[in-house]
Amino acid sequence: MSTTAAPVPGASREQLGRLEEHWGERPSLRAWLTTVDHKKIGRRYLVTAGLFFALAGLSALAMRTQLARPESRLLSPQEYNQLFTMHGTAMIFLFATPMLFGFGNFLVPLLIGARDMAFPKLNALGYWIFLFAGLFMWASLPFGAAPNAGWFAYVPLTGQQHTPGLHMDVYSLGLLFLGIATTAGSINFIVTALKLRAPGMSLNRVPLFVWAIVATAFMVIFALPALNLDNAMLFLDRRFGTHFFDPAAGGNVLLWQHLFWIFGHPDVYIIVMPALGIVSAVLPAFTRRGVVGYVLVVFAIVAISIISFGVWVHHMFATGLPRLSYSFFSAASTIITIPSGIQIFAWLATMLLGRLVVRVPLLFVIGFIVTFVLGGFTGTMFALTAFDQQVTDSYFVVAHFHYVLIGGAVFPILAAIYYWLPKITGRMYHEGLGRWAFWLVFAGMHVTFFPMHLYGLFGMPRRVYTYPSEPGWDGWNLVSTIGSYLLAVGLLLVVVGVVHAIRRGRPAPPDPWGGDTLEWSTDSPPKSYNFPVLPQVHSLHPNWDESSRESMGAGAEADRILADGRTTLLTSELDGRREREVEMPGSSWQPLLLALVMLLFFTAMLFAWYPVAAVAAVAVAGTVATWLWPPRRPDRELGVSA
Amino acid sequence: MDTRADPTTRSRRLAPVAVLGGVLALAGCSGQAPSALDPAGSGAGRITDLWWVLFWISMAVFVEVMVLLAWALLFRRRRDARVRHGQPLRFVVVAGAGVPLVILVTVYALGLRDLAALGDGPEPGATTIEVTGHQWWWEVRVPGVAGATANELHIPVGEKVRIRLRTADVLHSFWVPQLMPKTDLIAGEVRETWLRAERAGTYRGQCAEYCGTQHAHMSFLVVAEPRRDFDAWLARLGSPAPGPQTDAQRRGQQAFVQGSCAGCHAVRGTGADGHIGPDLSDVGARWSIGAGAVPNDGGHLGGWIANSQTVKPGNRMPPQPVQAAQLPDLIAYLQSLK
Repeated sequence: MSTTAAPVPGASREQLGRLEEHWGERPSLRAWLTTVDHKKIGRRYLVTAGLFFALAGLSALAMRTQLARPESRLLSPQEYNQLFTMHGTAMIFLFATPMLFGFGNFLVPLLIGARDMAFPKLNALGYWIFLFAGLFMWASLPFGAAPNAGWFAYVPLTGQQHTPGLHMDVYSLGLLFLGIATTAGSINFIVTALKLRAPGMSLNRVPLFVWAIVATAFMVIFALPALNLDNAMLFLDRRFGTHFFDPAAGGNVLLWQHLFWIFGHPDVYIIVMPALGIVSAVLPAFTRRGVVGYVLVVFAIVAISIISFGVWVHHMFATGLPRLSYSFFSAASTIITIPSGIQIFAWLATMLLGRLVVRVPLLFVIGFIVTFVLGGFTGTMFALTAFDQQVTDSYFVVAHFHYVLIGGAVFPILAAIYYWLPKITGRMYHEGLGRWAFWLVFAGMHVTFFPMHLYGLFGMPRRVYTYPSEPGWDGWNLVSTIGSYLLAVGLLLVVVGVVHAIRRGRPAPPDPWGGDTLEWSTDSPPKSYNFPVLPQVHSLHPNWDESSRESMGAGAEADRILADGRTTLLTSELDGRREREVEMPGSSWQPLLLALVMLLFFTAMLFAWYPVAAVAAVAVAGTVATWLWPPRRPDRELGVSA
Repeated sequence: MDTRADPTTRSRRLAPVAVLGGVLALAGCSGQAPSALDPAGSGAGRITDLWWVLFWISMAVFVEVMVLLAWALLFRRRRDARVRHGQPLRFVVVAGAGVPLVILVTVYALGLRDLAALGDGPEPGATTIEVTGHQWWWEVRVPGVAGATANELHIPVGEKVRIRLRTADVLHSFWVPQLMPKTDLIAGEVRETWLRAERAGTYRGQCAEYCGTQHAHMSFLVVAEPRRDFDAWLARLGSPAPGPQTDAQRRGQQAFVQGSCAGCHAVRGTGADGHIGPDLSDVGARWSIGAGAVPNDGGHLGGWIANSQTVKPGNRMPPQPVQAAQLPDLIAYLQSLK
């Protein structure tokens, strides 16, 4: 395992010139709006999700300020209720998943040795929809029309009768719109990881981060339809008077909860799983060895993605369903701890056998283990129906899921930011600044959320805009508020660190950490075509193995340089055997255009401008038709034998 | 520098354990907050016992993980530390799956035991109280008794009392942390739970399912008292409200019955029989106004009648066109209803 950086160029200057000609883009407004480069799209996902994170975080700061003391009148209940709803909705839908999809977009092609995602235009479409859906939802807040019934939006509160106005229409339409992006992105990840891996990268050589992203993508595809169905029925009930959730007309209010959590519990793992993948990706560089028990970790990832579909009723333990069914869901919710336990101990074993190089990404991984383990304990407690009934919907559950989601997703995301910043920006971050950020975020997180366990046990319910003075409530709430400011300062330092790196950081070498995966074998940041020579992979740690590295240098072959067009390699799903080269689409206006007419459609539906919506729907159909219209292709590519 | 940093890191990580133990012990004794750790009922008591088992198991596993982490940080970061390339799968499987499996099966069995215990409801003939959730107050009735009250229910101490739960609008959740875990109120359905207080006292309950603007102010009290006092409460619930005694109270009653109040509120034994808001027949004896929004005294009562929107913004009672001269009479009358 060499830590020396630049691979010996195996492609000639003339070949590199032609690659640049096929893949490169000159900076211009047009190029900015039409690009399909997965690296640019990935960066945009990261920045946009980061902005939504900041908005949702500021909402949380406003709430914590209100809750600093009892009987506070800083915020009206109407304002507070919109803020907590937007905080949850944005953190789940507009930050966590898009942020991780952003890393996936940037990294998956680089990790598997490809030149782009399988469907680059679909990828661009996904980003534009994500951006527009996020703006669609946040734009409602300044008008006082933001969703205000909690991120899981239980009926009948969310029905037209109890919540008139646009609030919940923004919610249901916004999530339906966003769901298109998430589904498209997931399909793209699956096909990319199955078909575009470099030759030789059989399934047992696929990096754990890619396994995690693919498992996540499958979960999205199976979980999201339930949410989409729920939101479509809610919108129909509210706008067109259907009765799906109206018990007076034969509807059922628990139907909403079942469908929501059939999506919602897998969604917890949709958020945490790629983050666990990040941990597995970061550890080798800072322990100087591969993760212990690769097969066990893959097994754990697959097991979680299946079992997570059988635990949703633990969100409904207080609704009075039959006890026998509770005992089954309690068992499934208990057993899902095991695959997480396997991963935790695989990482601990990795750390105990390797040599720790304590840099900021590793600090965040350690912070992740401490925090996520604590969240896991309370998670197991929630699997027990009787205990759940006592602490659910109290601040104890708020503490629990912030330990899981900040510990299990935000800490790994922060590790990923510091780890891949050199690759993404080509600049190194300032280590001292990063350490300050880590300690502030770590301390702020625990000072904020640990006391919530306490006042939850002391009987304080969640989602209250104010509370009476009770022993054990006032003081600990103030501590939480102080902690939240500490956490905010820490996160601000992360932003300062990133800006500092981009402005002042020293240039990053291709492989600053001695990483084991393929992204470290190419430039920082990578050229538009990612790899001058697509690698021939010989092991699970291609950047640590001489044969794989040599395949990109001295051992380069013309059929892995592919300088004659905008092409990448198709390989077989299981063994990564070379099949053929495939032409990739270049920049296009269609993704932006399609996302815009979809935005028009959803906006028109929101304001009940149905004729406009009809026109927009026709425009969507037309854009899709031109997009899919078969181009003239050579017979060879169509698979017709000449 | 690094080696010096480690012991502090470790003690910082262990600090929460010490803090938690101390704080929880203190709160358990306070007897003030509606704390689940200070149970007064057999339902909540089981959960408190279960919690301590779960707490100590969690602490043990947490210490195990922290020791392994600290070990790695202390001994596996020297420049000369030799990287070992073994695959200790047995360690991962035993520590990550085997040991947790034993623990999980145990706690699952404990959880099942307590689930069954919570499901062991009262005898068919037991005292039953009907609670209906409204945005944002609790209506309390007893089958066979004519009257109704709000935001306060009484139970005989030492008996299992059936609580029948309905909602008039959206979902709510009935939660008395010191007596019993939650049961949701489901639109279109009837749910049942039970309460059994082991010692007399007043226990705070609160809606635990987000139910709209004033979810924060939807509290209630459970008064556990000897059977004799409970029977007296039942008798009061079934009888007409006390009549006015003074001139001010008489004028107040007249204003109440003839004014806008009676459109939504009832006072038993008078012409006021509105059913939109709470029955006010015993309003003078209640612990608060607005389901925990403000204390029940003359000043707050006047403020509430004039414009309750400044007290509990968003609640269903519109500002009332009461003449300034009538307000003291209304307050006098309502305070006499106990």
